[in-house]
Amino acid sequence: MSDLDGFRQEVRTWLEANCPMSLRTPTPDGELIWGGSDVNFTFDDQKLWFDRMRDKNWFCPSWSTQYGGGGLTAQENGILESEMRRLKCRPPQINLGIWMLGPVLLQHANEQQKQQFLTPMTRGEVRWCQGFSEPNAGSDLASIRTSAVDQGDHYLVNGSKIWTSYGDKSDWMYALVRTDATAPKHQGISLLLLDMHSQGVQAKPIDLISGKSSFCEVFFDNVVVPKENLIGELNGGWKLAKELLQHERSAMSKFGEFQLPTHFDLMSLMSDYLPLPHSASEALLFDKAVAVNMEEQAYNLTVQRLGEEMQAGQSCFGLMSIMKLVHTEQEKIKFELLLDAMGYRALGWEDDNFTEQEQAINRAWLNSFSQTIAGGSSEVQLNVIAKRVLQLPENKGVS
Amino acid sequence: MSMVYSEDDRMLADTAEEFLSARSPVSAQRALRDNGAILNYDADIWQQMMELGWGAITFSEELGGLDFGYKGMGAIFEAMGKHLAASPMLSSVTLCGSLLQQLANTEQQAWLTAIISGEKRLALAVDEHARHKPDAINTTATTVNDGFILSGKKTMVIDGVSPDGWIVSAQHEVGCSLFIVPFSDQVKVKRLKLIDSRNYAELTFSDLKLPAAALLGKAGDSFKALEHALDLGRLCLSSEMLGSLKALFNMTVEYLKVREQFGVKIGTFQALQHRAARCFVELELAQSCVTTALSTANDSPENLAASVSLAKWKLSKVADLISGEAVQMHGGIGVTDELDIGLYLKRIRVAQMCFGDSDFHQARFSALMA
Ligand SMILES: Cc1cc2nc3c(=O)[nH]c(=O)nc-3n(C[C@H](O)[C@H](O)[C@H](O)COP(=O)(O)OP(=O)(O)OC[C@H]3O[C@@H](n4cnc5c(N)ncnc54)[C@H](O)[C@@H]3O)c2cc1C
Repeated sequence: MSDLDGFRQEVRTWLEANCPMSLRTPTPDGELIWGGSDVNFTFDDQKLWFDRMRDKNWFCPSWSTQYGGGGLTAQENGILESEMRRLKCRPPQINLGIWMLGPVLLQHANEQQKQQFLTPMTRGEVRWCQGFSEPNAGSDLASIRTSAVDQGDHYLVNGSKIWTSYGDKSDWMYALVRTDATAPKHQGISLLLLDMHSQGVQAKPIDLISGKSSFCEVFFDNVVVPKENLIGELNGGWKLAKELLQHERSAMSKFGEFQLPTHFDLMSLMSDYLPLPHSASEALLFDKAVAVNMEEQAYNLTVQRLGEEMQAGQSCFGLMSIMKLVHTEQEKIKFELLLDAMGYRALGWEDDNFTEQEQAINRAWLNSFSQTIAGGSSEVQLNVIAKRVLQLPENKGVS
Repeated sequence: MSMVYSEDDRMLADTAEEFLSARSPVSAQRALRDNGAILNYDADIWQQMMELGWGAITFSEELGGLDFGYKGMGAIFEAMGKHLAASPMLSSVTLCGSLLQQLANTEQQAWLTAIISGEKRLALAVDEHARHKPDAINTTATTVNDGFILSGKKTMVIDGVSPDGWIVSAQHEVGCSLFIVPFSDQVKVKRLKLIDSRNYAELTFSDLKLPAAALLGKAGDSFKALEHALDLGRLCLSSEMLGSLKALFNMTVEYLKVREQFGVKIGTFQALQHRAARCFVELELAQSCVTTALSTANDSPENLAASVSLAKWKLSKVADLISGEAVQMHGGIGVTDELDIGLYLKRIRVAQMCFGDSDFHQARFSALMA
């Protein structure tokens, strides 16, 4: 037995002993656990699972033990993920900081910043939000205007952010701010960490087509931020932003793998709602479902290939750039089909005459429209592929 | 058969546009949603529509109608789609009106007159399954001495909450019979809340006693009439969807002309230009299908089924395309409730599903062509 087989056995035994049975099911809407200063558990097993995974240092299994990570190698981490999938373990917590900011801090933060920011992440104590987009800087992110002005021992931040997911529920924000108004737009941006509980920060939720949400507009009015919270080089934020967006996109492309509320098994739902024998129109639906399933299969194989190539140390920039695009586009098609199959049962709105699952599917369908926009729209993903991967010539006049 | 709209049709379209933009703009629909109104349409606006004669458009003059035909009716539904105006036009006038026109006996004519004038409204209870399957009827009617006993459950009854009565399809004797069931406490009514915030009901009939006079048409022989009424309903829904899709598309084209990123209007990006152009192409094709089906309803109703299935199929496909593109091209703001896009998206999704989605109509078209 190789070391890795032994490790797999160990992980399996530990998960079986420690993951409560009640958490080996898909996560219903509203039962996701968000790590942070104010964690909301709806039942005891969730806390047990949260505490056990935290104490095992497996909130961030592949991070260095120095900051509370699990110290696993990439291969070991892959094994842990696959064993959790096999047992259908729910994620013990969700935290944007871990997925998106953490890897950037590990690479670019100084030692003091790592201690200050990474350790609470691995303990699940701080909830993070992303302050990138502004009303006039969406796809064209480098046009952000929120400013951070040097006041000697601190920065003074003014401006506003928009579409900030969980802006009203987060403890900290990683924000792109303009630190040089005179430089070319990509060269005057810095990455700044900002305490959302500071004086002068106000988060206003925006309702979504899928319902009430924590999707916010965030205003900064003379917010004082210590200079130690600037990550990497002054005016060197754009490079970090691009890296961070890569992490965001790869996290978004992985949503399907977790037992998240947005994950629904197309084929089994179709069989539930359309029992045999099938009419001609139902047969058409099943034909489409087979095609959707085969496309998803192609995607899953690509996920696997990406994982293996990365572990083998190959450069995967081209491959990575397609993942978020493919996954989010596939989800949209899948939900359209699921809605067709379920007829009016998938069109209920805040009504107990519809099951929780039916209502969740409707919200997930509406949410699928957001996913091809959030984290860089599909068009922006295609531009990245065209420009950075294929190196096609630029259209003059468009920067 | 003409694809061109007559003077009369255009006049109706202009009146509808003028009336709805003044009295029933999208903001009114939003307010209805937010206030949780029971009827989910505005009874005053409905009365005014009836005063404008919209209930009379398709009916002959001897019935108190205007005899303008379906092109004019299509124009009105298109305008209702454009403004997202909710009203019982589809449920009461088109669906139940057509059934009464085809099947009513002398006494039952009174219902038709009252529907045309708007004095009363009826709702059609036909669906029983998650997907539209008008011929799979589990509701039963049994003939007894002095009438019938009705048992079963109907769902997705459009405007089924608080009408003056329902027309209900049931398995009876050798086939499908229709019954006029006046509103009563003995029918259990459950309101369904769908994403488009309109009026839908689930009805339960538990051994409901009906008088002999409740039977509409011949016993066990009404399915053909029902299909015809459903086709007219599908046609009006297609017209409504066309209006909504045009509105959604126009909003999107306007947005491409004003939103700036990278120092230019986003409409300068060829990636978006070509997709917008593609939407235009598809809308034009959809328009032809709808116009043709409206003409067929006027000139050769016996050929209606295939042309309606073509229209509803095409509109449902184009609806997926255009509602998806409208959200996508608006970016983040497109998924906020503040914009009207979401209201259109949700209404269109329900209209797509009502009385058969694209798969239903593809299968039906194929069967009709065989
Ligand atoms: C659910 C959701 C959650 C989000 N969460 C966050 C968050 O937590 N933090 C955060 O900072 N941001 C967040 N965002 C914002 C997101 O990153 C932006 O919405 C996105 O980058 C698009 O920007 P925009 O909305 O300004 O659209 P625009 O950039 O105005 O785009 C409008 C349309 O034009 C297209 N377009 C733009 N440029 C080009 C081009 N060069 N070529 C072709 N087409 C183009 C776009 O693809 C889109 O279709 C979130 C968005 C959503 C929907």
